[in-house]
Amino acid sequence: MAVDSKTVRRIGHLARIRIAEDDIETYADELNVILGFVEQLNEVDVEGVMPMTSVIPATQRLRADKVELGGYPERIVSNAPLSEDNFFVVPKVVE
Amino acid sequence: MTILDTRTPIPDYFIAGATGDWEMVIGLEVHAQVTSRSKLFSASSTQFGEPPNANVSFIDAAMPGMLPVINEECVHQAIRTGLGLKAKINTRSLFDRKNYFYPDLPQGYQISQFKDPIVGEGEVHLDMGEKIGIVTVGIERLHLEQDAGKSIHDLDPSMSFVDLNRSGVALMEIVSKPDIRSSAEARAYITKLRTILRYLGTCDGNMEQGSLRADINVSVRRPGGEFGTRCEIKNVNSVRFAGQAIEYEARRQIDILEDGGEVIQQTRLFDPKSGETRAMRSKEEAHDYRYFPDPDLLPLEFDQALVDRLAADLPELPDEKQARLIRDYGITTYDASVLVADRASADFYESVAKGRDGKLAANWVINDLFGRLAKEGLDVTNSPVSAEQLGRIIDLIVGGDISGKIAKELFEIVWSEGGDPAEIVESRGMKQVSDTGAIEKIVDEIIAANPEQAAKVKDKPSMIGWFVGQVMKASQGKANPKAVNEILRAKLGL
Repeated sequence: MAVDSKTVRRIGHLARIRIAEDDIETYADELNVILGFVEQLNEVDVEGVMPMTSVIPATQRLRADKVELGGYPERIVSNAPLSEDNFFVVPKVVE
Repeated sequence: MTILDTRTPIPDYFIAGATGDWEMVIGLEVHAQVTSRSKLFSASSTQFGEPPNANVSFIDAAMPGMLPVINEECVHQAIRTGLGLKAKINTRSLFDRKNYFYPDLPQGYQISQFKDPIVGEGEVHLDMGEKIGIVTVGIERLHLEQDAGKSIHDLDPSMSFVDLNRSGVALMEIVSKPDIRSSAEARAYITKLRTILRYLGTCDGNMEQGSLRADINVSVRRPGGEFGTRCEIKNVNSVRFAGQAIEYEARRQIDILEDGGEVIQQTRLFDPKSGETRAMRSKEEAHDYRYFPDPDLLPLEFDQALVDRLAADLPELPDEKQARLIRDYGITTYDASVLVADRASADFYESVAKGRDGKLAANWVINDLFGRLAKEGLDVTNSPVSAEQLGRIIDLIVGGDISGKIAKELFEIVWSEGGDPAEIVESRGMKQVSDTGAIEKIVDEIIAANPEQAAKVKDKPSMIGWFVGQVMKASQGKANPKAVNEILRAKLGL
């Protein structure tokens, strides 16, 4: 599939990255080169092969249901640009 | 994926339109908060109502370098729920990232399960009453995912306040098949699901606190016809609102179609104040979640032995309990359904009914006790009359010590003052008079005082009721009604 300028704008928006108009063509070209490279994988026959989820054959470790963290709201909000009463305060978002 | 229509259209459900009948097709996604001490992927507390950001760890706040580790109990709860829904348990499942931007989602993605959920297909049975009968609603899947935080918009005119206490709490998303055909069925489905979750102890089902929320997919079609385009009503947090939202939405879609328009697939919100649904303001790409496997989480695997062990410890579920109550106590399907609606009610009933007349016990528990509890805004767990006390009241009725009428008075006394029913009956002289001599004396007096009525009763035997009333009144309700009737009939020559 070929990436056009519209797709680049869309990807940028979804990732919340500002892309200058002048750079859009460059990104489109670069993304097409990368996708072309990755396309080669389609030549491999993976019929009946389970998708690999990890490089080591391991499964998920489980944690006991215990409360061991939390109770430090002032530390949680300490890096926030704006906070009040230990709430994060952000520009209004209302649906 | 082809969607199968498992239902036969039910004319009672049809909605009349200007151009003919319409039928609703409904499917629900219910988000149920998992009952656990700590969150799905972090060891912070799930306690409701704590101060802002008090239940937040650096994992929940998505600080760089933090890694999720899954909570074993949440996995067990999902398996238990799957078993309760008679569903297939997948011993291998995967976690994916669902990407979107919102201030109460600090990771920028929600960890969820997309292609390989922990629980597969199952079913829920709804009792839709005598005429329609039992309706089976298919479960498509159940998966585990993280809840988001909470944004508060009314504290400041230009800013939103974000509390991440709920961020990372485990949710089970339970997805039904589009098998529901009316708002009544949708309400019954949510109610039944909540009952099952509460029996299992896997979700408290508290809709006011947001522990159970539903996204409702509604479309309309000609009865039995092709599926129509659906709209999704987000985040409905009460059974009643679910019914209202569906009724409104179906009507809205029918009006559009009958005016020659087309229903546009969209996400809508229900406003309880107006009783209407409205389209959410949403950008085109809002639904581009770009799912991909979460590289921080390995596959979740467990063996069948764990599933079997959890299955062995499962409590008796509502359907099974209802069948057993009908079988063991001889009560009606309706009474049994009322009793099993919550586990505490069923337990209370069983303590009363054990070794007694099951039907009489059901009448007292449902009509007298539940009626009174509802009036006072209490529930069975804080009932002023214990199962033991109610059982003794029933023993007194069955033993002929008190009449049904006196029993109601006795119930009131036990309700407000407590005490042992048998002692109350004894000490307050409430015992029924079965001594025929005493009753005969009263009967003689009444007949002697009312010669005209006594003469008339021979032509109009139904007048005996009036005499019974007089005798009961004279005996202050304590005369045994059966004995009174017999003696009156003999003396009046009926």
